[in-house]
Amino acid sequence: MEHRWGMAIDLDRCTGCEACVVACHAENNLPVSTPELAAQGRTTHWIRIDRYYEGEFPDLKVKYMPVLCQHCDDAPCEPVCPVYATYHNPEGLNVQVYNRCVGTFYCANNCPYTVRYFNWFAPEWPEPLPLQHNPDVSVRPAGVMEKCTFCIQRIKRTKESAAQEGRPLADGEVQPACVQSCPAEAMVFGDLNDPESKVSRLAQNGRATRLLEELGTKPKVFYLQKAK
Amino acid sequence: MATAPERLPYYQIREDLFRPLSRVSLRYMLATSIAFIVGAAGLVAWSVQLRRGMGVTGLHRPVFWGFYIVDFVFWIGISHAGTLISAILRLTDAAWRKPVTRAAEAITVFALMIGGMFPIIHLGRAWRFYWLLPYPNSRLIWPNFRSPLLWDLTAIATYVTGSVIYLYLPLIPDMAQLAQHNTPWRRRLYRALSLGWTGSDREWHALERAMKLMACIILAVAVSVHTVVAWDFAMSIAPMWHSTIFGPYFVTGAIFSGIAALVLALAIIRKVLHLEVYLTKHHFNRLAKLLLLMSLLWCYFTLAENLTVWYGNEPKEMAVFGARTRAHYAPYFWTMMFLNFVVPFVLLGIRRLRTVAGATVASVSVLIGMWLERFVIVVPTLTNPRLPSASSFYTPTWIEVAITAATFAAMAMLYMIFVKLFPIVAVWEFKPHPQEDD
Repeated sequence: MEHRWGMAIDLDRCTGCEACVVACHAENNLPVSTPELAAQGRTTHWIRIDRYYEGEFPDLKVKYMPVLCQHCDDAPCEPVCPVYATYHNPEGLNVQVYNRCVGTFYCANNCPYTVRYFNWFAPEWPEPLPLQHNPDVSVRPAGVMEKCTFCIQRIKRTKESAAQEGRPLADGEVQPACVQSCPAEAMVFGDLNDPESKVSRLAQNGRATRLLEELGTKPKVFYLQKAK
Repeated sequence: MATAPERLPYYQIREDLFRPLSRVSLRYMLATSIAFIVGAAGLVAWSVQLRRGMGVTGLHRPVFWGFYIVDFVFWIGISHAGTLISAILRLTDAAWRKPVTRAAEAITVFALMIGGMFPIIHLGRAWRFYWLLPYPNSRLIWPNFRSPLLWDLTAIATYVTGSVIYLYLPLIPDMAQLAQHNTPWRRRLYRALSLGWTGSDREWHALERAMKLMACIILAVAVSVHTVVAWDFAMSIAPMWHSTIFGPYFVTGAIFSGIAALVLALAIIRKVLHLEVYLTKHHFNRLAKLLLLMSLLWCYFTLAENLTVWYGNEPKEMAVFGARTRAHYAPYFWTMMFLNFVVPFVLLGIRRLRTVAGATVASVSVLIGMWLERFVIVVPTLTNPRLPSASSFYTPTWIEVAITAATFAAMAMLYMIFVKLFPIVAVWEFKPHPQEDD
C-alpha cells in the first residue's frame, strides 16, 4: 500500500466559520438545501459543524467540531452493503460507488458518526449554480447514498501530475477542498504511511484523539484538543 | 381426543367444506372490492414514491428505516402462524390440528409474499432490486454475502419456496376430489394442480412422508428466517439493536403474532363460512392457551432485554431506553406492554373469559401490540444516534401509511380469493380411512 490518507483537525483552532462546508459543496457538487429540506433533516453536507454547548447562558462556551466521514480502517458501513457499493480502496479510503448503490440505507444506519447522506430527491441547484459544477465529480441521482470522499478526484489528479513529472508526491501537496479553504488552518491532510508527514506527526501529538474510538472502527481522522 | 366434526358422516363434511367454493355472496363482492380499492391506493402511493424519490416518505437522516421496515418485520412475523401451528402439531400428531392447519399454512404463504415486498418498496432504487441476486452480470461482481441483507434474501427465498410446497402438498388430495365434479374451468385447474393424483396406497404413503419431511424442514427454516431478520438489527453497532438475544426474541415475537393472526383468521372464517361445527370452542381454547404461553415468553424476553440495559446504565443505550420508556416514544412502548401482556393475560388467563370472543379480542390486541413492538425497536434507536447532534424524530407521511394499509388489504384479498378456490379446512384429513375410495 503506497499511501494511507488521513486527516488531522485542530479543534482548538476551529472557529466554526463553515468555510469548509461551503468549499465542499462547491467542489463535490452537493445540492443546495432549502429551509424546508433543512427542517426535514434532508440537508447534504459531507462535512458539517457539530456544535456543543458548555455551561449556562450567559456564561456559555460553544465548541465546534467539523464532522466528516472518518474513513475508518474497520468501517462498520462496509460489510453490511449487499451490493459492494461501499468498500475499502487500496489507499485506505472508504469509497462509495454511486452506480452500484441500490439504497438499502443499511450503511447509514450502521455508521456511528451519521455522516452518510441520501439523495431523497433528484438534486437541484438554483441558477446559476449548475454552471459551476465540478466536471471531475459525478452528480448523484435520486435513490443513492453519498458521503465525503476525502476529495478523491484531487488525490488522483495530484498523483497523476506528480507521476507525469516523474517525482514523488510532496507532503501537503494533496489538499481536499475543506483543508484548502480553512482560514484558521485547523485541518491538515496527508499520508499516514509517511512517518515524517505533518498529519502523521499530528496524529502522534498528545492532544490527538479519535471520535468514538472505543467502537474499534479505527478512524483516520484525528481531532486535536487540549486535554481537560 | 375426538373433536366434534369427526362424528359427522364424511359425505356431509365434504359437502359442508366444499360449499363455500361455489357460492359468491354480495357481501363477499363488497369486501373484495373494498380490499381492492385500498390495495390500489397503496400502489398509487408507491408509484408516487418511485417517480419522485424516497423523499416523499417521512424518512430522513438519521432515521433511515421507518414504517417499511416495521411492516417487513411484522409480516414476516405473521408468516410464522403456519409453520408453528401446522408443523409442530403435525409432527406431534395432535389430532385437533386438522381443521386449523390449512388456514395457518395459507397465512404463511400470503404474509411472506407481502412481507417480502417491503425490502423492495424500501429501496432507494427499487428498480435495481435484482442487483442483490447472485447471477452472472455485466457488473462483474457477486453480491456481498457478508451483508445480513443477503442472508435475509436467502432465508426468505428459502422460506417462501418451502412454505408454498408445504401448503401445496396437503392440498393435492382435496384438489383431486374437486376435479371430479365441477365447472369445466375449475375441473381443468384442479386436475392440472392435483398432478394426476389417483389415491393409491403408494401415493398416500409418499404424501405422508413428504409432509413429515417438509414439516421438519420448515420448522428449521422458520426459526432461521426470523433469527436472520433480527440479525439485520443485531449485527449493527447501533445502541439497543446490538443485542445477543434479538434472534430468539424475534422468533418468539413472530410466533406470538403468528398465532394471533391465525386466531383472528379462524374466527372470521368460522363466522362468515358458518363452520362452527368444525372450528369449535375447543380449538380456540387450545390456541388461546398457546397464545398466552407466547405472551408470557415474549414478556420475559422484553423484560430481559430492557432490564439489563437499564441496570447497565450505559449512556448511549440509555438515550434509546429513555426515548422508549419515558420520552417521545413512551406512549408506544406502554401501549405495547398493555396490548401484548395485560390484555392477553386477563382475557386468556381467566378461564371464564377464554371464549371464542375473548380469544379474538386478545388476538387483535396482540396484532396491534406486536406492530408497535417492531416500531419501538426500529425507530427510537435511529432517532438517538451516537453523536447527539444528529438526533431527530420520525413521523410517517401519507405515502407510508397508505402502503401499510394496502398490505393489510392485500392480505385480506388474497385470503378471500384463496377461500373461494380451495377448501380452507382440509377435507381429506377427516376421512376415516384416507386410502379407501369415496
